[in-house]
Amino acid sequence: MADQHAVLSAAHPSQTAQNPLQRFFAATELDTRLLGMVGALIIIWVGFHVLSGGLFLTPRNLWNLSVQTASVAVMVTGMVLVIVTRHIDLSVGSILGVVGMVMGVMQTDILPNQLGLGLGNPWIWFLSLLGGIVVGVGIGALQGAIIAYLRVPAFIVTLGGYLVWRGAAWWVTAGRTVAPMDARFQLMGGGPAGSIGALWSWVVAVIACAAIILGLYWGRRQRLRFNFPLRPIWAEAALAAIGCGLTLAAVAVANAYPWPRRIAENYAEANGIPVPESGLFISHGIAIPVLMALAVGIVMTFIATRTRFGRYVFAMGGNPEAAELAGINTRWVTVKIFMIMGGLCAIAAAISSARLNAATNALGTLDELYVIAAAVIGGTSLAGGVGTVAGALLGALVMQSLQSGMVLMGLDSPLQSIVVGIVLVFAVWLDTLYRRNKH
Amino acid sequence: MNKFLAVMLCTTVISGMAGAAMAQDAATIGVSWNNFQEERWKTDEAAIKAVLDEAGATYISADAQSSAAKQLTDIESLIAQGADAIIILAQDSDAIGPAVSAAVAEGIPVIGYDRLIENPDAFYLTFDNKEVGRLQAQAVFDVQPTGNYVFIKGNSADPNADFLFAGQMEVLQAAIDSGDIVNVGEAYTDNWNPEVAQANMEQFLTANNNEVDAVVASNDGTAGGAIAALSAQGLAGSVPVSGQDGDHAALNRIALGTQTVSVWKDARELGKKAAEIALSLADGTALDAVEGATKFSDGPNGVEMNSFFIAPVPVTKDNLDVVIDAGWVNKDVVCQGVAAGSVAACN
Repeated sequence: MADQHAVLSAAHPSQTAQNPLQRFFAATELDTRLLGMVGALIIIWVGFHVLSGGLFLTPRNLWNLSVQTASVAVMVTGMVLVIVTRHIDLSVGSILGVVGMVMGVMQTDILPNQLGLGLGNPWIWFLSLLGGIVVGVGIGALQGAIIAYLRVPAFIVTLGGYLVWRGAAWWVTAGRTVAPMDARFQLMGGGPAGSIGALWSWVVAVIACAAIILGLYWGRRQRLRFNFPLRPIWAEAALAAIGCGLTLAAVAVANAYPWPRRIAENYAEANGIPVPESGLFISHGIAIPVLMALAVGIVMTFIATRTRFGRYVFAMGGNPEAAELAGINTRWVTVKIFMIMGGLCAIAAAISSARLNAATNALGTLDELYVIAAAVIGGTSLAGGVGTVAGALLGALVMQSLQSGMVLMGLDSPLQSIVVGIVLVFAVWLDTLYRRNKH
Repeated sequence: MNKFLAVMLCTTVISGMAGAAMAQDAATIGVSWNNFQEERWKTDEAAIKAVLDEAGATYISADAQSSAAKQLTDIESLIAQGADAIIILAQDSDAIGPAVSAAVAEGIPVIGYDRLIENPDAFYLTFDNKEVGRLQAQAVFDVQPTGNYVFIKGNSADPNADFLFAGQMEVLQAAIDSGDIVNVGEAYTDNWNPEVAQANMEQFLTANNNEVDAVVASNDGTAGGAIAALSAQGLAGSVPVSGQDGDHAALNRIALGTQTVSVWKDARELGKKAAEIALSLADGTALDAVEGATKFSDGPNGVEMNSFFIAPVPVTKDNLDVVIDAGWVNKDVVCQGVAAGSVAACN
């Protein structure tokens, strides 16, 4: 009813809402479902903080949490597209495994020894990452082509891939663990060296803030141009304040986590910096893997919402037959989706193998389940057509929060699995209730 | 000349016949692998084959590909192929029961290889897993006899994980009781996955504000995860960490000083011993008459069995040459990135 009204008079729906809270949500056009997830996340965080005796909401733990989430977060952005088009990808953990192995062998053997670049060459990390992405995209293209052109269900193709690529990961080195990684490659795994420091973190924050404000401004101009209903000015200001505030707060937290004492002392010694009595305070800042995950999240959001390809994806998810009849080359779009998924698996493989400083046969085991669970908790509908990248990223954060928090509390792994399983089903049930009430 | 030829011919025929007779006499040893995909079983197989080839015995094998059901049919097929003794690396120590009974009913001796098959008619050959745990704890304890200990345990579904932990506790219990050592965190590691071990270690470090003095990890993979977490806090090298398996990456870490010990189970010893015992059992030796056999009844059901335990070797910075000399690993691999003169084995 409100929608119709808005179209007729170009008045904003906020003017028809009754109570102040409803008005606020309507005016700012915030997704209430997403807000619900943020609320759940806050409850989980505060709950763990109390139960673990004040350990959870510390800069150190939150920073750890961000790095631990990065790998799954990268993959979940692709899984949203896969699930939106009513497919599934069970092979992401195995693709991560095989690509991690390939990148490991490339940087420890093929590039430095067989191609003669020598260990420590500054190009090794880049060439390894590039090689890994090529392999990942290739695997995705193969699986996508089988799904799209040979019409084998994605569930079966990727179930096969789950077995094939895990086996292939073993074949790369006959099961041997590859370690250590190239020094520059390791930066993608975080740690004190793999973080950008306080100054650059603030720079990132300021750029992000400016982007938020500019984005709001441009959005308003576009709406004006096409005579769309406008948000009230106060709502725009509130959005800008919330967005900037959250960004700055997150960076402040990352900057509040100092380098460990010993690493800071070694660094001071190596650079001739005097160490004060109270100890040297060098901020971690945002970790590189987290930046990578955020960049992937932004790019994927752009692809999903602002490109023709993205519209095709959601059109196919909403109604595949209609999309095909409307002239969309659904098969080629499907192949592209799986290529993106494969490429994202490669980036995730770089993050997790760099973080572990080793490529092992077991890398990424069970990741497919965490990725799918994160996407679904984040509001991606298995019936297709519905899902957002931002929601899925939040879902990944929820999953990782649960796991890290339970270890902090000292719960043992079988109990952790039980809790995560129950939360998954509970979250999807809540989502079903929400959707039913909305319509 | 003709005479000479005739003699030659005769000798050839006789020796040929003798050869044929010997082949009939020589034993056929069957091996049922649970999952031949893991790298280490190739080493075991080579060791078994070497002994059997020398004795002129025949080697037949089957790979159950991690399926307990397939392993049953595998063993039936090995029996049908005329195996005189069967070496079994069990996928599931309980589900293998009927196959063992079938073999024993045919009068074929069975060796439970590396993993326990709790059946009084089977011979149990393995590394002493409790001893592995004891050696891990001892090596860490020698370096760090007091303080906060973290225990990175194995997969909760693997009985070996508990054997290891029991062995570790045997060594450390006294110091824990006296308060010298405090257990500040212990966690199972799903599927022995190093990533899980790393995340767990990060949480333990956070929970204890980095006040962790020693880490008893149950294998090299999980040790690698724990060390990655330690190095992010600048603690790698100053906190002793244990492991096992003699993984190449772990041996390199020992040379670099970030890992303290890797308890090495020489798979070639195990394979060699299995082949020798199989041959002697195939010859009709009774289970309790096998050289060096001891009684074992520490399994979950307390069944008394004949067994033989091979002692594992703790590899530390001081005896890295053991693994290099044994041909287990190349010196280049162990010594990659090691500063000259810091490790004896790398000079």
